[in-house]
Amino acid sequence: MAEPHKLAEFIATRSSTGGHGRYPRVEIDVSSWQIAIGQLESQNWILFGLWGERDSVNMALLDESASDVAIVTLPCVEGSFPSVAKRHSPASRLERAIRDLFGLEAEGAPDVRPWLDHGCWDVSQPLRKAGIEKIVQPYRFLSAEGESLHQIAVGPIHAGIIEPGHFRFHANGETIVRLEARLGYAHKGTESLMRGSSLERGAKLAGRVSGDSTVAYAAAFARATEAANAVDVPVRAHWLRALMAELERLANHFGDIGAICNDASFSLMHAHCSVLRERVLRAADFCFGHRLMRDCIVPGGVSSDVDATRVGMLRALLAEIGRQFPALIELYDNTASLQDRTVSTGILKPELARQFGAGGFVGRASGRNFDARKAFAYPPYDQLSFEVPVLSEGDVNARVWIRIREVQQSVSLIEQILAQMPAGPIRSQLPNASGEGLAIVEGFRGDILVSVRLAEDGTIERCHLRDPSWFQWPLLEAVIEGNIVADFPLCNKSFNCSYSGHDL
Amino acid sequence: MLLVVLLAPLITGLIRKMKARLLRRQGPPLLQPYRDLSRLLHKEVVLAENASWLFRAAPYLIFATTWVAAALVPTFARGLLFSWTADLIALVALLGSARFLLALAGMDIGTSFGGIGSSREVMIASLAEPAMIMIIFSLALLAGTTQLSGIAQYMVSPDVGLRVTLGLALVSLIMVGIAENARIPVDNPATHLELTMVHEAMILEYSGRHLALIELAASLKLLVYLSLIVCVFLPWGIAPAAGAGIDFAIGAAAFAAKLTVACFGLAIFETAIAKMRVFRVPTFLGAALMLGLLGALLLFVSRGL
Repeated sequence: MAEPHKLAEFIATRSSTGGHGRYPRVEIDVSSWQIAIGQLESQNWILFGLWGERDSVNMALLDESASDVAIVTLPCVEGSFPSVAKRHSPASRLERAIRDLFGLEAEGAPDVRPWLDHGCWDVSQPLRKAGIEKIVQPYRFLSAEGESLHQIAVGPIHAGIIEPGHFRFHANGETIVRLEARLGYAHKGTESLMRGSSLERGAKLAGRVSGDSTVAYAAAFARATEAANAVDVPVRAHWLRALMAELERLANHFGDIGAICNDASFSLMHAHCSVLRERVLRAADFCFGHRLMRDCIVPGGVSSDVDATRVGMLRALLAEIGRQFPALIELYDNTASLQDRTVSTGILKPELARQFGAGGFVGRASGRNFDARKAFAYPPYDQLSFEVPVLSEGDVNARVWIRIREVQQSVSLIEQILAQMPAGPIRSQLPNASGEGLAIVEGFRGDILVSVRLAEDGTIERCHLRDPSWFQWPLLEAVIEGNIVADFPLCNKSFNCSYSGHDL
Repeated sequence: MLLVVLLAPLITGLIRKMKARLLRRQGPPLLQPYRDLSRLLHKEVVLAENASWLFRAAPYLIFATTWVAAALVPTFARGLLFSWTADLIALVALLGSARFLLALAGMDIGTSFGGIGSSREVMIASLAEPAMIMIIFSLALLAGTTQLSGIAQYMVSPDVGLRVTLGLALVSLIMVGIAENARIPVDNPATHLELTMVHEAMILEYSGRHLALIELAASLKLLVYLSLIVCVFLPWGIAPAAGAGIDFAIGAAAFAAKLTVACFGLAIFETAIAKMRVFRVPTFLGAALMLGLLGALLLFVSRGL
């Protein structure tokens, strides 16, 4: 059998399980599963997600050339499935997480250490079919051997106020030989909590997966449930969601640009960017009643509308950004000491970015031209004009520049949204129907994937939320190799992966 | 002598305040460093289990040597208690031993951060000290003495003239001072990033009165360098050894004004520049060393003419 390169053809030849919204889901057997892995390995397709069920495992696949996404489901009869990571390493941590949560084994997996479960939960494998005794496994860090190598252990508690994560460096003097991250400290059991909860509660849980992306998560969750219910949302709601998403992107990018410079001890930039970020947050508070716009997006629409005064306020905000931001770009570009730190530090090779399917500024700074807003053109982005900035250098400087360009694009997007937003209702009622849906939304970090399955009574049977950080964290380890220890904070901040979204 | 100790935290507070104002922040009050010190002094000391006597003794020794060093630098008057016994070279030696002790203490506990901090500090010191010695040579050759009061006296006298050597020495001294005092761009005194610290990494394990002493010693060191710069290169208004009360008053006022200006300069410099990569520091200090060397060389050449 010749291997099909088009995802659509591959899916068409398998029996569909009846829709996952606009994206198909098919149940496949082991041989098809291996074909899919082969396609991932040869990088025709990109691994877009891998998550467990009680007795099966789902894999989301992306065919970038055709902007196709499909889900393949493999039933796990013996409680195990052939490992994807064996041939395609980006899946490794996802498989380890599946085992920690569902107890499904990946056969032949290269790494069988636990990932999210540190042995501190009350139960082991909380989502599996039948409960089992609590297992606590010792955790061994990967080693690096050689003369004059030493280990530096950092975290999970850090000196600054950041999220918890442990980093184990093997260094030769100042040069890093190997970095291994250990995450899972911020595990909240979101997927367990989702099970059996109402849509309303589910939306709140989704909005709390990662605080800085609360709008993107809420929008992804809402879109997934709407797809499951096959409901159309009022047009104005789509526009308001996009407005919030762009405001969130603005606030986070301002924060990041400042914070990256601050990690190079250039606090002037940090101070100015913080002011801009604060202005965005205050505008959001004024317009939507919450600084981070949490719980403003609900399944079926949005919870609050903006009137003429609020639109005026947003226009004033854009004008202010337009006045101040160019000077900041110039400051960044013209400070030689700062450029000296960011240029050619922490280079991510385009091949790696492609292999891992890194989304957001991490992928776009390394030549991967992918943005869910463009690729899937969900409303209202199909009616807005914007560019997706792409650079190929892959260093810290490139990641800063992608953010700078995205700020400019977001400003233009908000202007368009304010000018073109149609009037009308902002929320429609969702019927309590069963069904399953998938949604992909571009958060400020990258593509967020949410898959949801609803039971007969309208409660959530299974909900999986995949943060873009799953495919960015491993790259940080690759990027830092050969850099010096003192540059790690700079690289880490330029990635700015989510701990909470990843640990779930 | 007591005066310098009392004054030192104020300088730290002043720089912090100025930097904050430059960033449009309100900043901590000027007296905050004093409050921090008193808070630390009232706290109990938490010692690591494997801390040796060295770790406990180091803060006192560091403070003592830095204090003596501070006593060697004329602030607003030339008459000094210790002038008869020690000169610039002794000053460098004292500061050097303080640093040596701090580096030892950093490694004593055996944490990886302490080790990193110590190794970086020693790397910086190995370049900063020769540069400092070169500066001293140039100054000593010019003034004909290594006594600081003598140098200050010579600098006020009219036979100094405009000398390139002095300019080079000044730039070099400022560079060394920045490196020695763990300021941006060599180190960031305000960072929370464990992995980038130099000075802070060595003292991570210290607490309570030990930390208070080390902090005070750090403030003192900054004051020592600032006074050194103003005393050697801006000696105007300094009171003679046998001056009257009014001379001392003028000297004190001039000293305060000069320090304020110096602090302001430092604050602006730190705000306008990012920290450099650790491996760039040798280049930075190498430049300082070269300037010092050039200054001394120039002196010989111009003498020969």
